[in-house]
Amino acid sequence: MADSAPVLLVERANRVAVLTLNRPAVLNAFNDELLDALTRALRDAERDADVGAVIITGTGRAFCAGQDLQARRQMFERGEVPHLGAGLRERYKAMILRVRSIEKPVIAAINGIAAGAGCGLALACDLRTAAEDASLAQSFARVGLAMDSGSSFFLPRIVGLGRAFEIAFTGDPVPAREAERIGLVNHVHPAGELLPQTRALAERLASGATRAIGLIKRDVNRAVSVDLETALDYESYQQETAGRTDDYREGVMAFFEKRPPHYQGK
Amino acid sequence: MADDGILLERLDGVGRVTMNRPSALNALSNELLGDVVAGLESLDADDAVRVVIVTGGPQVFAAGADLKQLVDASLPDVLLSARHALWDRLKRVRKPIIAAVSGYALGAGCELAMSSDLVLTSETARFGQPEINVGIMPGAGGTQRLTRAVGKARAMEMVLTGRTITAYEAERLGLVNRVVPVEMLEDEALALAREIASKPPLSARLAKEAVLKAFETSLDAGLDYERLCFGLLFGTEDAREGMAAFIEKRSPTYHGR
Repeated sequence: MADSAPVLLVERANRVAVLTLNRPAVLNAFNDELLDALTRALRDAERDADVGAVIITGTGRAFCAGQDLQARRQMFERGEVPHLGAGLRERYKAMILRVRSIEKPVIAAINGIAAGAGCGLALACDLRTAAEDASLAQSFARVGLAMDSGSSFFLPRIVGLGRAFEIAFTGDPVPAREAERIGLVNHVHPAGELLPQTRALAERLASGATRAIGLIKRDVNRAVSVDLETALDYESYQQETAGRTDDYREGVMAFFEKRPPHYQGK
Repeated sequence: MADDGILLERLDGVGRVTMNRPSALNALSNELLGDVVAGLESLDADDAVRVVIVTGGPQVFAAGADLKQLVDASLPDVLLSARHALWDRLKRVRKPIIAAVSGYALGAGCELAMSSDLVLTSETARFGQPEINVGIMPGAGGTQRLTRAVGKARAMEMVLTGRTITAYEAERLGLVNRVVPVEMLEDEALALAREIASKPPLSARLAKEAVLKAFETSLDAGLDYERLCFGLLFGTEDAREGMAAFIEKRSPTYHGR
């Protein structure tokens, strides 16, 4: 094969791991190899104590065009019917759950189109930054599919039911500025500024009270999927844990001593 | 911690058995299971202990039997195994047992959790009876206790597919009492144990037996047994103390008499 380049580039610097989807010829579409590599890289980042935040981005003009349809096309041409459910349960589920369970901030730096499951991946991330010419598209309905890769879970939680239905029913790309206006992405930057700005944000979070940030992520994960009473109980467990960290003591002391806190993530 | 059988602790009315073979993921070899049962029995016999916790620490509860001990076993070896006697002895522990489960509770580990009276788990817990994947089946109550806990359909699925379930699924199915963050598991298990340890011990003992009778007898026989136990408690000092304290609006002091 012409491109023997790795499908995922992994780079670590200043406590930030940058995972770059690297199949530019097919707009970084997911195949099994890329999904597995991404899941593995997230697991490694979780275990690596020197990583405090993760950025996911793409090579070239796309963030990720979703599932690689090439294999599907060949299947249809052979007269076969694809079984999408199994692949979702086997691979996409593991990848999305990994994005949610890693107790470090995961930021999607959306450098270009994020479509279908690529949009799903961006939605599953904790924060989204986008280049001015990027867009997000829930393109599933356009090819006759329902939503997947967590999109039905995250989209209405991020933008509300009304907008979620419009975005999902039409499949129309939401341009970056519009996405920012409706809260679908956190910040928009000029294309050349996207990575430096996102990296600055990630580095800031990675040098903060990372244990507390991890617990907050767990809180929010739980809170969006349970009733209020359970969420309140869960918060109390989490706060008990956070209250015992060195970072909390440091945070309180620094506040009273009117100095910036120095966090250890412990 | 170095690999070393079990850790036995007495914490102010609560006894705790911690399985401690991390390098083998606490695989329940005959030796480890023997140590666990002997540990529970010694705590059961200790008047200063009122409730017992069995745990594997924050990483793993117990990842099944030790297949290396079973791979060459013959039919008579297994049918006549002293291991069965260990499980029977576990069943005769009179004090309430709380399993604090984090990480894998598979095969014999799941059976050990189900043999306990209450189960607290961390979010990392996973339960399953994967024996079918290696050509055998559950052999220490997995088909019986699981079915009684979660019903036929889900028990069949777990036993026939060998699939594991998450802590939250186990909570939904009623296999465990509740799920807490992993950092809080030890504290929550101790808090629950202390709460039960503060109750009159004769009540706790007879109530445990009566609940377990529900799985062994007809409703009529179970209700008769409950009535008998209920009546027996009226001969105790603790019952008089408990009711008097309630009426006098003060805290009771129990002596186990």
